Amino acid sequence: MTEILWLGRGGQGAFTAAKILGAAFALHPACHALAFPSFGPERRGAPVRAFTKLDSKPISDRSETEKADYIIILDDTLYSDALRNLLKPDGKILINTKQTENKPLIAFDGDALARELKLPVVNTVMMGALAGLSGIVSVQNLDEAIQKYMPEKIREKNKTAVRKAAEEAGTL
Amino acid sequence: MAEKFLSGDEAFAEGIRLACPEVISAYPITPQTIVVEKLSEMVEDGSLDAEFIHVESEHSALSCAMGASAAGVRAFTATSSQGLLYMAECLYYASGGRFPIVMMNANRSTALPWNIYGDQRDSLSQLDSGWIQAYAENAQESLDLALMSYYIAEHKNVSTPFMVNLDGFILTHTYEQVDVPTPEQAKAFLPAYQTENKLDLDNPKNMAFSAGPDTNYIFKYKEHAAMFRAIPVIKEAEEKFAEIFGRTYSGLLDAYRTEDAEYILITLGSIAGLCREIADTLREKSLKAGVLRIRYMRPFPAEEIVKAVSPAKAIAVLEKDISFGNEGTVFTNICSALQGGNITAPAYNFIGGLGGRNISHQDIISIFEKIQSGTAKRVNFIGIGEGENT
Repeated sequence: MTEILWLGRGGQGAFTAAKILGAAFALHPACHALAFPSFGPERRGAPVRAFTKLDSKPISDRSETEKADYIIILDDTLYSDALRNLLKPDGKILINTKQTENKPLIAFDGDALARELKLPVVNTVMMGALAGLSGIVSVQNLDEAIQKYMPEKIREKNKTAVRKAAEEAGTL
Repeated sequence: MAEKFLSGDEAFAEGIRLACPEVISAYPITPQTIVVEKLSEMVEDGSLDAEFIHVESEHSALSCAMGASAAGVRAFTATSSQGLLYMAECLYYASGGRFPIVMMNANRSTALPWNIYGDQRDSLSQLDSGWIQAYAENAQESLDLALMSYYIAEHKNVSTPFMVNLDGFILTHTYEQVDVPTPEQAKAFLPAYQTENKLDLDNPKNMAFSAGPDTNYIFKYKEHAAMFRAIPVIKEAEEKFAEIFGRTYSGLLDAYRTEDAEYILITLGSIAGLCREIADTLREKSLKAGVLRIRYMRPFPAEEIVKAVSPAKAIAVLEKDISFGNEGTVFTNICSALQGGNITAPAYNFIGGLGGRNISHQDIISIFEKIQSGTAKRVNFIGIGEGENT
C-alpha cells in the first residue's frame, strides 16, 4: 500500500488534493483508494492533515497513516524534523518552498507556479509535482478526476497546474 | 451501475435518492450534515422528487417523519449524537406506532465534554427504543443499507423503524469507490410503500392511541415479536439484493476466518477492516485469529454469535462504547448470548475509540495477544489505565 500524508492549512485544499489523487488512482480497474481528512471542525489557517491510501486490493484499514511513503507539505512553516518519524524507510517529503537547501527534502516552488497560473492555492500544483516525481498516478488520470470532481469554472486552471507541475517535477 | 469516489455520507444520500422517499425532514448536525445537504441538492435539481422539510430541531425532524409515515408515504431523516438523544422521545413513538421510517445516524460521541468525533455511545444508548439497528462498515455497504433498510422496515411482517449507523468521520467523511446502482435496478429491488397503517379517508381508523394496562403489554410484545420477524426478512432482502445488484451480504453477522479460529474478536462498524487485516497477519505467525462483525445490534444475533464462536478458546469484544458503572453494552449483550448458548470460553471487553481516539494496528494486535495469554482483564480500556477494570 502506498500512503500519502498531506499537510496544509485550512483553506489550502489539502483534502481536495488527497481526494482527487485517490479518485485518479481508482480510475484503474484493479486499483483502490481511500481518502480522508484529519477529522474535526474546519478552521481557515489552522494546520490540517489529509490522507490518501492507494493499493491493488480493497483497503479496509481506515486508521490514520503511521508511516507514509510521501509527505506533501503545502506550507513550509508546517515542517518540523519530527515529521521524518512518520516516513517509511525510503519515504520522501515533498515540500512547497522557495528554499533550496532542504535536502533530503524535495523542495518544489509550488507558490511560484500557482502565482504564474493565477491560482490562489497550491494543492493541485503539489499533487501534479507528486505525480511527476513518483509516477504513482498519471497526469491523464488526474485530469480525468479533476473533470469529475472539481467545479467546472476551476477545472482547466487546475488541469494546467497539474500538467506543468508534473513536467517541472519530473526533471528534479 | 456507475463507479464513483464518494464519502460514506454521500454514498448514503445516493442510496436514499434511489429509494425515493416522498418526505425528507432535515436538521443538520456534524458529521451527518452532508447527507441532508446532498439530498437538498438532489431535490433542488429535480433528481429526487420529495418534499424537503426544514425543521427546527431533531425532535421535530422525527415527529415530521412520523406524520409523513402516518399519511402512508416513505419518509427519511438523519441525525447524530445529541440530535439522536434530543429525538429520543420520538424514537419510541415511531417504533410503538409501527412507522417504518429509515433514519441514518452518524455515530458520534455524546457531551460533555463536547466532542464531534466518532464513537457509538449515541446509538447504543437507544438499543431499547424498538428500532432495528444496523452498523455499516464502508461506503458501499452504507448505500446498500439505505436501500435494504426500507425493504426490511416496510415489510408487512416487520413494520418497524430502521436506524442505519455510520461511524462519524471514519466512515461518513472517508472517500472510496462506490458502485451506484441505476434507478431501474433500485426500482426492481424496492417495491413502492404500501400500508394499511395510515390515515385514510376511505378507511378511517384511530392511530397513535392510548392503551391501558389490559392491552399495552400486548402491543409491546407484538413490537418485540416483529423485531424477530425481521430476521428472515433481512435474509430475503439480501437474497433479492444479490440477484439484482450482484453484491452479497451475510445477515446479522459478518464472520471472517472464524470456522477454525481459537481467538475471536467481535466488533462492529468501520474498525472491522483493520481487525481482519491484523487477524491475517497473526495467522501468518500461527495465532488462529478470527473476526466477527456484528451488522445488526437489533434484532440481536444471539444464536448466530454462539454458533460462530463455538471453536474459540477466548473471545474479545471491541466497542466504542461504555455504560458507566458497568461495562460496554455490546459486551453485556454478547455475554448474555454466550451464557444462553453454554459457551464457556472466557470473554473480555475492550473499550476504545471514545471521542474519536484512533485505534491503531498495535492496539488490535495487543487485544489478540492479551486474550491468548490470558492477561486481559474482564474490562480493558485501550490506551489508558491498564488496571482500571471492574
